[in-house]
Amino acid sequence: MKKIVDKALAATLDRRSFIKWGASATSAAVLTANSLPLKAATPSVDKTSSGENKTVWSACTVNCGSRCALRHHVKDGVIAYTTTDNTGDDVYGNHQVRACLRGRSFRKRVYNADRLKYPMKRVGKRGEGRFERISWDEAFATIADNLKRIKNAYGNEAIYLNYCTGTLGGTVAKSWPPAATPIARLMNCWGGYLNHYGDYSTAQIAVSLPYLYGGSWVDNNCTSDVVNTRLIVNFGNNPAETRMSGAGVVYQLSEARERSNARMIVFDPRLTDSMLSDGDEWVPLRPGTDAALVAGMAWVMITEDLVDKAFLDRYTIGYDDDSLPANAPKNASWKSYILGKGPDNTAKTPQWAAQITGVPANKIIELAREIAGTKPCNIMQGWGLQRTANGEQASRAICMLAVMTGNVGIPGGGTGAREGSYSMPFAVFPTLSNPVTTSIPMFLWTDAIHRHNEMTALTDGIRGADKLTQPIKFIWNYAGNCIINQHADTNRTHAILQDDTLCEMIVVIDNHMTPSARYADILLPDLTAAEQPDFAINGSCGNMGYTIFCDTAVEPLYECRSVYDMCTEVAKRLGVEQAFTEGRDQEAWLRHIYAESQQLNPILKDLDFDTFRQQGIVKQQNPGEPIVQFRTFRENPEANPLDTPSGKIEIYSERLAAIADSWTLGKDDVIRPLPEYVSSWEGHESPSTDQYPLQMFGFHYKARTHSTYGNVDVLRETNPQEVLVNPIDAKARSINDGDLLKIWNDRGEIRVVAKVTPRIMPGVIAMGQGSWYAPDRKGVDLGACMNTLTTQRPSPLAKGNPQHSNLVEIAKV
Amino acid sequence: MAQRAEKQLGFFVDTAKCTGCKTCQLSCKDENDLKVGVNWRRVYEYAGGSWVQHQDGTFDQNVFTYYTSISCNHCAKPACAQACPTGAMHKRANDGLVVVNQDVCIGCRYCEMACPYGAPQFDAQKKVMTKCDGCYDRVEAGKMPICIDSCPLRALDFGPIEELRARYGTEADIAPLPDSSLTGPSLVLKANRNAKPSGDRTGQIINTREV
Repeated sequence: MKKIVDKALAATLDRRSFIKWGASATSAAVLTANSLPLKAATPSVDKTSSGENKTVWSACTVNCGSRCALRHHVKDGVIAYTTTDNTGDDVYGNHQVRACLRGRSFRKRVYNADRLKYPMKRVGKRGEGRFERISWDEAFATIADNLKRIKNAYGNEAIYLNYCTGTLGGTVAKSWPPAATPIARLMNCWGGYLNHYGDYSTAQIAVSLPYLYGGSWVDNNCTSDVVNTRLIVNFGNNPAETRMSGAGVVYQLSEARERSNARMIVFDPRLTDSMLSDGDEWVPLRPGTDAALVAGMAWVMITEDLVDKAFLDRYTIGYDDDSLPANAPKNASWKSYILGKGPDNTAKTPQWAAQITGVPANKIIELAREIAGTKPCNIMQGWGLQRTANGEQASRAICMLAVMTGNVGIPGGGTGAREGSYSMPFAVFPTLSNPVTTSIPMFLWTDAIHRHNEMTALTDGIRGADKLTQPIKFIWNYAGNCIINQHADTNRTHAILQDDTLCEMIVVIDNHMTPSARYADILLPDLTAAEQPDFAINGSCGNMGYTIFCDTAVEPLYECRSVYDMCTEVAKRLGVEQAFTEGRDQEAWLRHIYAESQQLNPILKDLDFDTFRQQGIVKQQNPGEPIVQFRTFRENPEANPLDTPSGKIEIYSERLAAIADSWTLGKDDVIRPLPEYVSSWEGHESPSTDQYPLQMFGFHYKARTHSTYGNVDVLRETNPQEVLVNPIDAKARSINDGDLLKIWNDRGEIRVVAKVTPRIMPGVIAMGQGSWYAPDRKGVDLGACMNTLTTQRPSPLAKGNPQHSNLVEIAKV
Repeated sequence: MAQRAEKQLGFFVDTAKCTGCKTCQLSCKDENDLKVGVNWRRVYEYAGGSWVQHQDGTFDQNVFTYYTSISCNHCAKPACAQACPTGAMHKRANDGLVVVNQDVCIGCRYCEMACPYGAPQFDAQKKVMTKCDGCYDRVEAGKMPICIDSCPLRALDFGPIEELRARYGTEADIAPLPDSSLTGPSLVLKANRNAKPSGDRTGQIINTREV
C-alpha cells in the first residue's frame, strides 16, 4: 500500500522542476500570436493505464460558493482519476452537478508534495517554517496544556477560532462558519471562545444592506428567476470565475438567459468571462466608483421623470423630503442629494458621474433610460466591489437602482444584491452554544492580538460587549489560510505574529504546508475529503438543491487523522470527551444526522443511509417557484412589513445616522444615512496617486478557490499567476507582455509576470487573489500574493477587509 | 495517408457559450494523466480592440474576446499523418479518429510541425508523440469523450461529423483557427458574437503562456 502511494506521489511533478518550467515559459518569446498552433514548454509524461477497481462518490468541499460532486476512480487503493456527476439525462432543472477544472484536479491535492504527513511542532521562529516531528500524544497534550494555562490566565475569551473556509462544504469536517465546526463544539463543551462576525467574502455588504431592507442578510431573486427578466444590470458579478459549477450560477444564468433572451449590461473594470455571450455589453468603470455611477443614472431618472413614484411612495422612506423620518435634517433625502439640494450642493449629473467613473456621460444617460424603461429588470451585484474602503456605501447604492425602478419583490426583478438560491433541507452537525457573547469583526483579529485594550463597540465594532477585555492568546486554525495569505498586509501580520509572547499558541490543522501552516506552533495533518465520510449540501444552485454522500475513497495517508478525531482526543484531555462525542464516532454522527434529515425532509424518508451511500447524490427541486425576494412585502406591505424600524425600505437610515454620530471614526472614514458616493481612501481620487498611480484589485482565479488548489501543478500551468495590465499603462512603462514586474507600495513588494491585455481598463491592474505568499530574504514576495500589498485598515461601518482598494506602482524588474 | 473513413467522428464547440473555464482541458489531463506541458485539449483566448481616453477622463473602447477549445480535429486530410515518415500517425478506418502508434513513432516531431492546430503533443520522457485519441475506448463503450461530459456550460458535443453538421451547421473558420480547407477538420463551431474569421489580424491569442 505504502509503495503504491509513494509512487503516486513521486509521479506528481517535482516542485523545483515546475518552477524551472515556469521560468522558461516566462522568458518564452512574446510573438504576436494571431493564429495556431502554439507550442507549450518542455513536457514530461508518465501515462498510466486506468483500470478501475471501484468508483466512490465524494465532493469538492472548498469555498467557491458552488458545491460539486466528484466520483473518484480508485485502482489498487489510489485515485487514478476523477469524474463527476453522471446521473440522469442532464436536462436543465434536473441537470448534472458537474465539477469545474479544480474538482477535476482533486487527486493532485490528495497526492501532493506539500501534504502534511505527521504532527509537528515549531522549532524556529514563527513563519520560518522549521518544524520537528512529534507524536500525536505529544501534540494533543501540548494543545490541552496550553488551553488550560491560557484559560486560567485570561479566560475563554482569549481563545479564538480564526476564519477558515477550506472545507466549508462538509458537514462534520466543516471549517465554516466557525460556530458550525467541530472545533466550536469542542470549545463550547469547555467554556467557549471569542466569536467573530462577518467574513472576508461579504463583510461590507452583509452589514450595509440590512439598513436598507432590514433583517440580517439580503439576497437577490434566485438565478432561476432570470427566465422572467427582460434586462440584467450586473455590477461586478462574475459567476464564470466565482461560481463555476456545472450546476452553479454560471450555468443557471446561461440557461435562464437562453430562455428569457435578456440583454445584460455589466459594469466592471475588467472584461470578465461572464460577459462573452450574445447581448452582453461591457461598461468599464473605475474601482470604487459604482455609487457615483448610480447617482449619475439616478439624476437622469429623476429629472426625466422615469422613477417608479408609486412604488417609492408606498414602499420606501427617504426618497424625497416628504417621506423623510421626522428627526432627519432638512434636504436629507435621496432626491435632494441627487439634485444638489443637500449639504454638498452638488448635482449628481451624468457629467459629474462621468469624470469620477470614467464612463462617458452620454453612455450614463443612455443606460439610465434603458434601465428605467425595461421592466422587469434584474439589478445584481457581485461581492468584489463591496470588498473596498467604503463598500458599505457602494453596495447599498446599487440597490437604489432596483428601488427607484420599482423592481423589488417581483418575478424577473430583484433587490440589487447577489443572487439567492434554493437549498435542500438537511440536518446539521450540532455544535452546542457558546457561553462567550463577545464578538469581534473577523478582519480585526490581528488587532485583537496586540491592541485589544483599545477596542470598544464604538471604535472597533465590538459586539456582545462594550469592549474587548482579553487579548487573543490561542488560535485554532482549521483548514484556512488567513493566518498570513488571505488576511491583508502580510508584512504587518508577520510582524504581529513574530512576537510569541502576544499570541502564545497557534494550532493549524490542514492538508498541506500552506503559507499559514508555516506560522503554526503545533501543526496537525488533516484528512482530505477523499479520505473520510461526510455529507456535502448544495452551494448556490438556483432552483435545484442536492446533497452529496461523500464516502471514503482511499485510506488515510501517512499519519493523517480527521478533525473530528483530533477534537475527540483533545476533549479527552480536557475532561469533556463524553460531552463532545455523545459516544459517537464520525460515521455514527453521519448516521445520526441522516436520521434527523429523514425527519426533516420527506424525500429522504424512503432512502436509507446505505442506499444513499451507493447512490451518491440526491437532487431536490424547490417545490415552489424560484425565490423572489420580498415578494410578500410587495404584495402587501402593511401585512408583511420589512424588518426595518419603519417596516419599509429605508433609503434614509436613521440607524446609520445614529451610528455616524456616535462612533469614533478614522480620518476620511464616512458613514452616511443615504447610499451616497464617498470618495474613499486608496481610491483614484486619493492624494497618494501621485506616488502610486494605479488602482489594484484582485479577482477569483480559475487556478484556485481563494488559495486552495494553489499548489496544483496542472492548474498553475493552465492558469499562471499574472497581473493584467492595459496596453496604455504598459506602454507608458515600456512593459511588454510576459515581462517580470515588480509591484509595490508602502506595505510591500511582489514579483509577477505581466499579462498585457485590453480586457482591463487603463489606470487599473488586477490579479488573481490567493497565490501563495513566498517572501525572499528581503521580504519581496516572489509568490505574488496580492495581500503583500493590501491594507489592514478596516472599512468604516463593517470594519471589514478593503482588499480591493489599493494604490500601487509597477515597473519592469 | 488520408483514406476515406467508414464513419467520421468529430467535435462541436459552442464559442458563444464557452467561458474559457478549461474544465475540458483539465478533465482530459486528469483522465489521461498528462503532465505539465502536455495538453491534448487547449483553450485559446482570442482578444483585440483598443481604448480611447477623452479629455474629461472617460474612456471608450471596442475590446472583444472569446475562447476556442481545441483538441484534435481528426481531419479529413490530416497534416500530421501526411508528415509522418513511419506511418505511426494514422487515421482509423472505422471512425476516422487520428491516432499515433507509439510503438512505431520515432519521435521526430514532424507531425507537431505540420499540424496547424497544435494537436500532437510530445512526450519528452518516452520520446514519442501523444495526442487526443477521441477517447475511442470510451466511445466504443458507448460513452462520450471525457471532455464532452465535463463541460459545465454544455458547450461541447461529439459524434458523427455529418450529424453534427446537420445539427449545428458547418462553421469551422474562426480565428485563431486556420482556414479549414487546409486539412478538412472534423469540427463544427458555433460563432461567438465577437467571432472573427480565420486569418483575422485585428485580434491575437493573449494566453500564449497557457497553451
